[in-house]
Amino acid sequence: MASFTVGIVVFPGSNCDRDVSWALEGCLDIKTKFLWHESSDLNDVDSIVLPGGFSYGDYLRCGAIARFSPLINSLHDFVKSGRRVLGICNGFQILTESGFLPGALVANKNLNFICDDVDLNVITSKGGWFQKSNETQNIKLPIAHGEGRYHCDQDTLKKLTDNDLIALKYKTNPNGSTSDIAGITNEKGNVLGLMPHPERACDESIGGIDGLYTLRSLITQ
Amino acid sequence: MDQFEVKVFIRLRPSVLDPAGEAIKSASSKLGVAGIKSLRIGKMIEVKIESNEEDIKEKIDLLCDRLFANTVIEDYEYSINKL
Repeated sequence: MASFTVGIVVFPGSNCDRDVSWALEGCLDIKTKFLWHESSDLNDVDSIVLPGGFSYGDYLRCGAIARFSPLINSLHDFVKSGRRVLGICNGFQILTESGFLPGALVANKNLNFICDDVDLNVITSKGGWFQKSNETQNIKLPIAHGEGRYHCDQDTLKKLTDNDLIALKYKTNPNGSTSDIAGITNEKGNVLGLMPHPERACDESIGGIDGLYTLRSLITQ
Repeated sequence: MDQFEVKVFIRLRPSVLDPAGEAIKSASSKLGVAGIKSLRIGKMIEVKIESNEEDIKEKIDLLCDRLFANTVIEDYEYSINKL
């Protein structure tokens, strides 16, 4: 596994790229490589993280302009090959804007930028992004977003529910998300988008380690 | 080639809650203006573009569908004015 490399995409305005690298390298001893968004060569990385931040200043809509980068264009084949892609916060917004995941992220119901720890229920085991457990698993992760209200229509919600694609739900809905959704996967399970930040919960000294499993799962084939 | 001025109006779909619109509605009532039943915020994008007349609609549709609006949450309409 020593040769396994996680690519971390850097857009103009990304600001959690180094946090993700720190968590992967420092806490999990997983090799990382920063990928500038204009690069389209994804051959030497085995999985990819789209980190949080404000790509292109969130102009027009969060993630709307990032989707046109050469790297996101290459991501279609990368995802088709079954390799894993994790979109965190702005990364989740980019995944929905690019059509990798259904729905959209819009302004929080109370219009506040919410920066807090939240309790979450793990809903699906699809993709193996969260620890397997027979009981309902609860984890605590930090959120930090102004536009994290997941929105989808009723048909999409039914499809997400029927196909077991809802990854995480808030125990107490902080932002007005449809059906308390905090994260979803694609049908294959190799793409996960979530608003909470697992990379900020990888060391007890900063408040918790519930994000470790999800980051470690980037190196499962 | 002709010159066109296009105005694109983008609105949140009626099913999408607009909390910013609600906040402005609340502020409007503080001005003493009564009777506002609904207030929703949209965007307007002005584009000046050089194009053949037969292609202009197709170009604007492409821009609206793929960039200006996210049709999961937004509807759009536009007017095209030949300069």
